[in-house]
Amino acid sequence: MILDGKCPTGPIEKTWDKHRFDLKLVNPANKRKYNVIVVGTGLAGGAAAASLGELGYNVQAFCYQDSPRRAHSIAAQGGINAAKNYPNDGDSIYRLFYDTIKGGDFRAREADVWRLAQVSNNIIDQCVAQGVPFARDYAGYLDNRSFGGAQVSRTFYARGQTGQQLLLGAYSALSRQIKAGTVKMYNRREMLDLVVVDGVAKGITVRNLITGELESYAADAVCLATGGYVNVFYLSTNAMGCSVTANWKAHKKGAFFANPCYTQIHPTCIPQAGDYQSKLTLMSESLRNDGRCWVPKSKADLNKHPDQIPEEDRDYYLERKYPSFGNLAPRDIASRAAKEQCDDGRGVGPGGRGVYLDFATSIKRVGADTIKERYGNLFEMYEKITDENAYKRPMRMYPAPHYSMGGLWVDYNLMSNIPGLFVLGEANFSVHGANRLGASALMQGLADGYFVIPYTIGGYLATVKPGVVTTENPEFTKCIEGVNAYNNKLLSINGKKTVFEFMRELGGLMWENCGMARTKESLELNLKKIPALREEFWKNVKVTGSGPELNQQLENAGRTADFLEFAELMCRDAHHRNESCGGHFRSEYQDEGEAQRDDVNYCYVGAWEYKGDNKTPELHKEPLKFDNVHLAVRSYK
Amino acid sequence: MSDHKTMTLTLIVWRQKGPKDPGKFETYTAKGITEHHSFLEMLDCVNEDLIRAGKDPIAFDHDCREGICGMCSQVINGAAHGGQDRTTVCQLHMRKFKDGDTIYIEPWRARAFPIITDLIVDRTALDTIVQAGAYVSCHSGGVPDGNAILIPKPAADEAMDAAECIGCGACVAGCPNGAAMLFTGAKVSQYALLPQGQAEAATRVKSLVNAMAECGFGNCTNHYECQVSCPKGINVKFIARMNREFLKAQFV
Ligand code: SF4
Ligand code: FES
Repeated sequence: MILDGKCPTGPIEKTWDKHRFDLKLVNPANKRKYNVIVVGTGLAGGAAAASLGELGYNVQAFCYQDSPRRAHSIAAQGGINAAKNYPNDGDSIYRLFYDTIKGGDFRAREADVWRLAQVSNNIIDQCVAQGVPFARDYAGYLDNRSFGGAQVSRTFYARGQTGQQLLLGAYSALSRQIKAGTVKMYNRREMLDLVVVDGVAKGITVRNLITGELESYAADAVCLATGGYVNVFYLSTNAMGCSVTANWKAHKKGAFFANPCYTQIHPTCIPQAGDYQSKLTLMSESLRNDGRCWVPKSKADLNKHPDQIPEEDRDYYLERKYPSFGNLAPRDIASRAAKEQCDDGRGVGPGGRGVYLDFATSIKRVGADTIKERYGNLFEMYEKITDENAYKRPMRMYPAPHYSMGGLWVDYNLMSNIPGLFVLGEANFSVHGANRLGASALMQGLADGYFVIPYTIGGYLATVKPGVVTTENPEFTKCIEGVNAYNNKLLSINGKKTVFEFMRELGGLMWENCGMARTKESLELNLKKIPALREEFWKNVKVTGSGPELNQQLENAGRTADFLEFAELMCRDAHHRNESCGGHFRSEYQDEGEAQRDDVNYCYVGAWEYKGDNKTPELHKEPLKFDNVHLAVRSYK
Repeated sequence: MSDHKTMTLTLIVWRQKGPKDPGKFETYTAKGITEHHSFLEMLDCVNEDLIRAGKDPIAFDHDCREGICGMCSQVINGAAHGGQDRTTVCQLHMRKFKDGDTIYIEPWRARAFPIITDLIVDRTALDTIVQAGAYVSCHSGGVPDGNAILIPKPAADEAMDAAECIGCGACVAGCPNGAAMLFTGAKVSQYALLPQGQAEAATRVKSLVNAMAECGFGNCTNHYECQVSCPKGINVKFIARMNREFLKAQFV
């Protein structure tokens, strides 16, 4: 099937305005008759629930944490982009649009990216109005910094915790609606199924994580804002509870999964210290504004203290390879460059898996106090984890899985191929193409939540009669029975290996064979090993406790079972895409280390349709057209 | 990779089946722990052993494991988050302990935070305080340009100091009265310091203070244990600011 993204046509700068005007509206008095479910309360979900509640819809919002304020958007450190051009350095909506398309290695839709760039400015205004304490200069104006993949300063920030501050803004707006009674909040609930009635999304099945009870909720539309899936690598910068589960359940109910092989490996994370490790910690990309990446030129220097290696014996490899972007090269490029140095045997620290990020030059230039003001909390975090003082000794960094550009397929209205199912933020595939630029994730989450879904969902709801399906519908009972049987099966296996052991094994396979670099052979190996591991899981996993109680092992087991299925799709997608682009690097397709795209054969979105357990999924394509940006080889040299 | 010396520790952990169960301490041994394990990774190891032995693992809240989500919540040897300066439990590393140590692990204990299971407590009371008015009542869209509101850097910086709160509730757990003054004071101050927060300043502080009492939080008797317990270094001066704002609000 050739998929249609339903993008508006005509001059790109008019598309969103025209589309908004063309969308049907729901009469204000009728809005409260419509129920909308929002799953996930990060930037996208929190902003959506607040905005929809304020418009007058009846919103039910769900999160697995004990409070909507804890969603993992909170961990984003560096900043959020907007095309304000406050520094007068040549930025514009067009430039942000262009940088995002190019940064995504020409694998995203032009119309969606244009809209993102256009509303980016409204987001900053919105957050300021909410009381988000963005950094200011001495005159009281908003301050900006630079981020990877851009030559202008367009990133707004709040110390090293922009994500938390923006999320608290969305959470405050959400709290206001909860108080007003337009949003009903359900904490500690995990979505375990999507309820589809006559081909239309009409509700969800959730597990109450405190009592273990399964609950049904019905609505006229369902929005998933359930984040990304890089915990498939086991060790990643995601929170422990981040999973593919909600998206995977929706996929199994018919929603297409687009570009699962596009995953982002973030260049600057604290290297792994041991095999007991449970997660990796990211250090903001903003550090590359003032930090310089290097490794020793000679292997003989590897065991020396970095201070004892003179300038001329250091290889500032990013500055050498990409003189015009230098240390601010985009993430995929910076990550691969770090891996290259380590593969060459010049990595530093335990296992030779690390590169230096050195602040000495900047400290000399602007003083330690300024550096402390810019990144103090990051230096503190680094010291807590490694016991090393980065003002005195360069940080050690290594790439780690961080973000997924792939996600459920959506059209321009953010609606999946299942009518009534909308997908927002990282959970969808829409704007980042094959690689996301820094400070764009926060921008996308809030754009989708505050400024896109409030319009597009109306266009859909105006065409459906409210409240036709309730939880009395037999489909809801069927879903509950299905989830119940599934959980009971997990609990009854009583094998020998713990859930963590399986997850660690799966993560290892994915990192080795479907990580920063992939080959036909490595992927084929995984396509054999993953089904075998899955089979073993269903025979030999040990989950203690029971269903109707708080049971964290059962939660983890369910998430792992879904990752074991999803991982295979991810490898299949990576295997079919015989090109390198952005975060998808197939070693066979390169030009001296640079990704080699194949625009003749692969300039499309690959969206997979689920065909049943252990059946081969079917690939659908949505061709990508570039009318405004010239399809070119991406160069940062 | 793990060629480090390892430690063996005795853990005395609060176990409680559910809200109605009286609960009791149980003793466990943590083996093979290195200085690089985080405290929660140490507990992961203990749990893996418990699961293999067919026993219920210790339930505890956690998510980001990088000190920002505020989900983790344990009292270690009597100190919320383990008592290290500006450190959450998930960021506490085992290098702060020695081989042979005995470690007591308990949940947050406060009237407003009922225990759910083991080390997990119910902190929805903090959400209730925020819902009472810790926001600016602006709409999505229809707001002025970000630079239309100039904010002097010192005010922006101080508002940011207050906004760093991660909502973990350690201040409540550390307070002998189970008060939420530091948490609430930080919220009130963030908005009181910013021009955007002025219009609703008086009603905000009154409803937040009200909500605190209704949720069952105690009163402040100036012990300052909250500031010592706080992993984000939120300063007690924000409590003073809230008190001032509250007084001011009586006259408008
Ligand atoms: S004030 Fe400190 S201790 Fe209290 S909730 Fe906030 S971060 Fe936690
Ligand atoms: S787990 Fe998020 S702060 Fe500790």
